[in-house]
Amino acid sequence: MRAGFRRYAIYRRATLAGAFTNTVFGVIRVSIFFAAADASGGSVAGYDRAALSTYTWVGQGLIAVVWLFAWTPVTLRVRSGDVAIDLGRPVHPIAAWLAEDIGRAGQACLIRFIGPLLVGGLLYGLQVPTRWTTLPLFLLSAALAVVVSFGGRVLVSLIAFWLVDVRGVLTLYVLTSNVLCGLLVPVHFLPGWAQAFAYATPFPSMLQVPLDMATERYGDAESVALLAMQVGWAAVLLAVAVRVFDRGTRKLVLQGG
Amino acid sequence: MADTRVYAALLRAGMAGQATYRASFAVELVGTAMGMGLDFVEIFAVFHQVPSIAGLSFVEVVLVFAIASTGFATADLLVGQSDAVIRHVRDGTFDVVLLRPLSVLGQLAAADVQLRRLGRVSVSLLLLVVVLVRLDLDWTPARAAMAVLAPIAATLVFGALFVAAGGIAFWVVDATEVTSALTYGSAYLAQWPTGVLTPVLARFFTFVIPAAFTGYLPALALLGKPDPTGLPDWLPWASPLAAVATAVAAGLVWRSGVRHYVGAGG
Repeated sequence: MRAGFRRYAIYRRATLAGAFTNTVFGVIRVSIFFAAADASGGSVAGYDRAALSTYTWVGQGLIAVVWLFAWTPVTLRVRSGDVAIDLGRPVHPIAAWLAEDIGRAGQACLIRFIGPLLVGGLLYGLQVPTRWTTLPLFLLSAALAVVVSFGGRVLVSLIAFWLVDVRGVLTLYVLTSNVLCGLLVPVHFLPGWAQAFAYATPFPSMLQVPLDMATERYGDAESVALLAMQVGWAAVLLAVAVRVFDRGTRKLVLQGG
Repeated sequence: MADTRVYAALLRAGMAGQATYRASFAVELVGTAMGMGLDFVEIFAVFHQVPSIAGLSFVEVVLVFAIASTGFATADLLVGQSDAVIRHVRDGTFDVVLLRPLSVLGQLAAADVQLRRLGRVSVSLLLLVVVLVRLDLDWTPARAAMAVLAPIAATLVFGALFVAAGGIAFWVVDATEVTSALTYGSAYLAQWPTGVLTPVLARFFTFVIPAAFTGYLPALALLGKPDPTGLPDWLPWASPLAAVATAVAAGLVWRSGVRHYVGAGG
């Protein structure tokens, strides 16, 4: 975990540039949502201006923490055969990679989360929490979102055991997740059938749920139920990833002779 | 004639390389078209909640989106790699480009043309035709000319942004991430009415980074609607001229960048 934190802390300039990009997109996104709120008497799908701003800026900050872009480290290790080194370690590779990813997420909290949130909050205002439970609920939910997102990413990456070129698959995965996780628009904006479809996938657990905590969309009991949903998805994805990995390594041994 | 042959050779080599892995190419082609579909989902979802945005209805915003998307995809296909020119500089391959007695930009564009973007170009163009038919516009010769010129002007503006970013990269290597945030941010914004922005930001994205000229303003000219942030009524009709001016300015930035370049060789 500490290795992951340190490794990503080195790229300070890339971190700043990423925060800048998230801020530019946040300004445009929040403007669109405000215009939508103005067009419908002040609120859209239960979000008022303060909630829309909070949704946008906490979301722009979380992008880099939960990592909703293409993610290639595991794919590259599988393709190059370096994965054999991971197999020699005393911990299961999935656990080792998860630890490293949590370190990466922790590092991302420093500038990439706080940067856009600070700028956006100063320019557009944020919703002030009314319950003391909001902050702990959000922090827990954001941490779980990192694990769920890692589970999804690692599972897709493991396809590299069977496919030589996984770029196309990774692109499709990123595009699908960006729509269904509530990054482009809140999942609550979608028509009912699309919302039902989204909640049948792990994607809302990667972003929409922590954002619902930050905007206090639900009461405490419902929020705890959402946390349970995240725990469930994290467990399922990690368990499947471990099984797929073990299968994949059997194939790797065959190939290596 | 000889020039054309060299460009053709560069183009053929680049295209052959990309088409070699057919299955991968097909997936990427579908990927760029799907990327556009997802941008569209955002518009669809917002309009599922509200009837209009900045005074424009769903179909009218789709017109803005279709013009901007056609322009962006075409520019990305042709010169989308010019902001990556710094890679050629680092690899040392830029000297090879300079040695040939041909336009630097022309060679880079021919060698790096991104065929997979054809997916997005074709779907955007199709959407533009469909929405123009659906809108039942009050057609005049001027509007007909605008309908043809608008996607070309959008291509020029986005092409200019890519090329200017490439030119700036020669001066400030570290600026690449910032310029690409602005280029792609403009592409994202251009799909929406610029009227959603606060007046100051709207002016910035009209006169400093001319994103408004790629979709929103030409669409206003076609629809015959005024801008809610108070831009004059003749300005939308000036979009093609603004695009040419932007392209000229970008060309100057690019040229000064290339002149500034000093090779590392002895």
